[in-house]
Amino acid sequence: MDYTLLFIQTLNGVQLGLLLFLVASGLTLVFGILDFVNLAHGSIYMFGAFICASLTYYLGNFLWAVLVALPLTGLVGYFLERIVARHLYDKDHLDQVLATFGLILVLDTSAHLIWGPEGISVPLPAWLDGQVEIFAGAVIPTFRLLIIGTGLVVAGGLYWLVNFTRLGMLIRAGASNRTMVSALGIDISTLFALVFALGAMLAGLAGMLISPITEASIGMGGQIIITAFVVIIIGGIGSMKGAFVAAILIGLIDTLGRSFLDDIFQLFMSEAAAETSAPAVSAMMIYILMAIVLAFKPLGLFPPKVR
Amino acid sequence: MKTLSKTGWLTFAVMLALAILPPVFFLTGNAFYLDLATRLVILGIAAVGLNLILGYGGLVSFGHAAFIGLGAYAVGIPSYHATWGGFDMVASYNGLFHIALAVGISALFALVTGAISLRTKGVYFIMITMAFGQMAFFLFQSLNVYNGDDGLTIDVRSELPFINLDKPLHLYLLSYVSLVVAMIVVKTIVNSRFGMVIKGAKGNNERMITLGYNTYIYRLTAYVISGAMCGYAGFLLGNFTTFISPDMMHWTRSGELMFMIILGGVSTVLGPVLGSSTFILLEEVLSSLTIYWHLPFGLMLIILVLFIRGGLMGLLIRKGR
Amino acid sequence: MKRLLGAALAATMLTAGAVQSAEVKIGFVTTLTTGGAVIGIDQQNAVNLAIEHMGGKMGDLDINLIFGDDGFKPETGKQVTDKLVKQDDVDFVAGYIWSHVLLASRKSVLDAGKFLISANAGPGPVAGKHCNENFFSASWQNDQTPMAMGEVLNQNGVKSIYIIAPNYAAGKGMVAGVKRTFKGEVLGTDMTAWPTQLDFSAELAKAKASGAEALFIFYPGKAGGAFMKQYQQAGLKETLPLYTVFTVDALSLPKFQAANFTDVLGSQFTQQWDPTLDNDQNARFVADFRAKHGTYPSFYAAQAYDSMFLIKSAVEAVNGDLSDMDGMRAAMKAATYPSVRGEYTYGNNHMPIQNFYLREVVVGDDGNWTTKVVKTVYEGHQDTYAAQCGL
Repeated sequence: MDYTLLFIQTLNGVQLGLLLFLVASGLTLVFGILDFVNLAHGSIYMFGAFICASLTYYLGNFLWAVLVALPLTGLVGYFLERIVARHLYDKDHLDQVLATFGLILVLDTSAHLIWGPEGISVPLPAWLDGQVEIFAGAVIPTFRLLIIGTGLVVAGGLYWLVNFTRLGMLIRAGASNRTMVSALGIDISTLFALVFALGAMLAGLAGMLISPITEASIGMGGQIIITAFVVIIIGGIGSMKGAFVAAILIGLIDTLGRSFLDDIFQLFMSEAAAETSAPAVSAMMIYILMAIVLAFKPLGLFPPKVR
Repeated sequence: MKTLSKTGWLTFAVMLALAILPPVFFLTGNAFYLDLATRLVILGIAAVGLNLILGYGGLVSFGHAAFIGLGAYAVGIPSYHATWGGFDMVASYNGLFHIALAVGISALFALVTGAISLRTKGVYFIMITMAFGQMAFFLFQSLNVYNGDDGLTIDVRSELPFINLDKPLHLYLLSYVSLVVAMIVVKTIVNSRFGMVIKGAKGNNERMITLGYNTYIYRLTAYVISGAMCGYAGFLLGNFTTFISPDMMHWTRSGELMFMIILGGVSTVLGPVLGSSTFILLEEVLSSLTIYWHLPFGLMLIILVLFIRGGLMGLLIRKGR
Repeated sequence: MKRLLGAALAATMLTAGAVQSAEVKIGFVTTLTTGGAVIGIDQQNAVNLAIEHMGGKMGDLDINLIFGDDGFKPETGKQVTDKLVKQDDVDFVAGYIWSHVLLASRKSVLDAGKFLISANAGPGPVAGKHCNENFFSASWQNDQTPMAMGEVLNQNGVKSIYIIAPNYAAGKGMVAGVKRTFKGEVLGTDMTAWPTQLDFSAELAKAKASGAEALFIFYPGKAGGAFMKQYQQAGLKETLPLYTVFTVDALSLPKFQAANFTDVLGSQFTQQWDPTLDNDQNARFVADFRAKHGTYPSFYAAQAYDSMFLIKSAVEAVNGDLSDMDGMRAAMKAATYPSVRGEYTYGNNHMPIQNFYLREVVVGDDGNWTTKVVKTVYEGHQDTYAAQCGL
């Protein structure tokens, strides 16, 4: 067993998990408090990446671009809520799934029209573009460490927000009992828009962080959104803790599966067959995990107390 | 009563158009329009099948494309082995065997996944059915023998008595008759006592349980029937396209199937057919106009959900009143 | 519904009446939406330029060109191909970037007795057991380019490699190709989900841990850009030199330059064509393409441009009598048209027997990043599937 490789892959898995958490946390917020299934959440992730990529060239620095792009992405979320989403809150989930599926098509095509089909490559400042040697032989790109750091800070911030602030109290109350919140005389409409914008910023941040690695491209949202949904379903809808645990779990399963599954498969099938089966099976594992979790805990790992 | 007769008239008109127009197109040298109609009728069968649980049962399955894919592979795999050898147990061109396999495998898959999925409800049900669909998708992606992701070309179509599926008109008429049968089956089911329980459980599951019905068993049965119907549609689709790939099972395909039902009108027998027809024609017309056709298409989707209750059926029936 | 179909019927009757004018109808299937559209648009530009250079005519016939979008999916590709064949009744179907799309669509074209011209994809089955008299490639067989790269690895004295490639028809062909000629040891192969996977952290870590002397990859389109950046971020340039095929191209170089990604300068890859190849057709193509679009054409564009001139040679050989399939086939088989890659011949399976060059990324004389030819790796190279073809 190559422990250095295992360590590196674990870090890679955690990094992927934290990115997933950023997307999933916004989704679980919106879902938990607004009871709104937003498939288009992934498109906001894509918009975050594109806005940040354009700004990187305009401002000349990736970090400045992120700082400016964050509120802009929040604004995109805010307008989406005002124009489309709010009209869907009182519809059933089926209608929401369909309307936001339509929204994906609209937003993806808009991105195609605005930025062209080719995608944008995002350069990093030199000090982020190198590598860090954690211990002998264990080298990891600096930027991936930054993603891990950012992910942990945001997770901590959300923990504080949800547990120790007034907004958090409302969110927790909203996730378990919506009518109670309105009974408290809270301006639900503003709260909803705020939550939606916050979710958009989180998804946008994930998109910005991934863009220097993969580049901003059309359709990048469609790939992550389903995984993010799996995360919040496994974690329990509305549960921030659940989203965190499930995201890390899925990040690890995906990365470790990709790393070691083909070696395991080669024990009982031909090399060529193992090489082609392994990626599909490792992609399947997260769905198997979800089915198993739901079979035993129909409301996910950490369901909110009262519904 | 008046609404009912209007629905009946509409059903008759649409089905008559589907019976006459596509063959006429074909015979006047427009083979492509028969192709379009075949695709629309086959997806109509799948949509009618899904509507049984989605519309009448209120069980939103987001993974029904998997059944279509399974049905298509039930044609592709036996035919592949009959041509290239191996796997003697299934190697066959026999269409009746293909149908039995398509329906059987889909029903079995529905039984197993339904038994687990029906333990959940609401959004969890939507997502767990999608998870099972994705599992099937990735499973076939991993099957290297059948080219995984690249898909399988069906060199020899299913052989049926009296019907030659290599002839587009035969394939269309078989699909059309199958659609009519599917509609009658669903209508009979929902009007039976069994159907009453399914519909009752949609409105208030607890009440039906209190009344002494084991709704879980009823729902599971409906889920299996629905899956089997989609499997049969897959058998037709495989023979139609002669190219099958795991892509047929992707969650976006399940989404399209759902969209067809909503577009046409849930909980109606004709709605899914109207929906699949409009969907396919719209896709065809818009995509030939611009490569950016997803934009108007998506907008229509949003507008449909926001402003049109009951889909096209609601629109057409209401307007006449 | 009824009215809609009726209107459609009337419309087709009208177009059906107009078909009989003196024109050659060509369908060109490529990718115009999704991330793959970058390639498709480059091909579209090249095809339009070819037609402009022909003055809109092949012999006496007007050119009627119809583009089809495969949406990067085999199923959609087959659907648009069906439409081109059945509805538009084209004489030639050309294009096809992706091997799996070509494999899904070939039967529709060939069963209808029409010519199929690949402007890129060259999967093994089409060259071998499924070869067809009406299929011609204006590009290459998939395995050829990586075979040339395997040869380069041998020449550079590389003893062991690690392979990372996408898990679809072409990816498998590329892996098979490099393994066929590379004489050293392959320490591991990772096939990744295609086209969804763009983060290669796990694979790069494995490649590094394997202790291989070099890394071989194949990532066309946007995945290539993503891979190159992650390779650089992982700092592997010194320890694990990168050998690529179809990954760095004229589409990704401007993006790399904009992002000042200097690591890509000096990287080498094999190909049957390069913008600096010295022949009149190439000089005109490259100069006019650059004048019109401001960028160097990619090899995808070069092949698309070639495919049109290949068709033109067929149409002119039969004096516009498009019913003379045998005459057109013989003309194309002779490969007498002016190709931008220079002269080549066709094998029995209608795959080119051609030279392969080692290209290197350099800064062009105008400051833009482009490529030059380092050396000729193969002269007159034929693919290995030709032996399986019964033609």
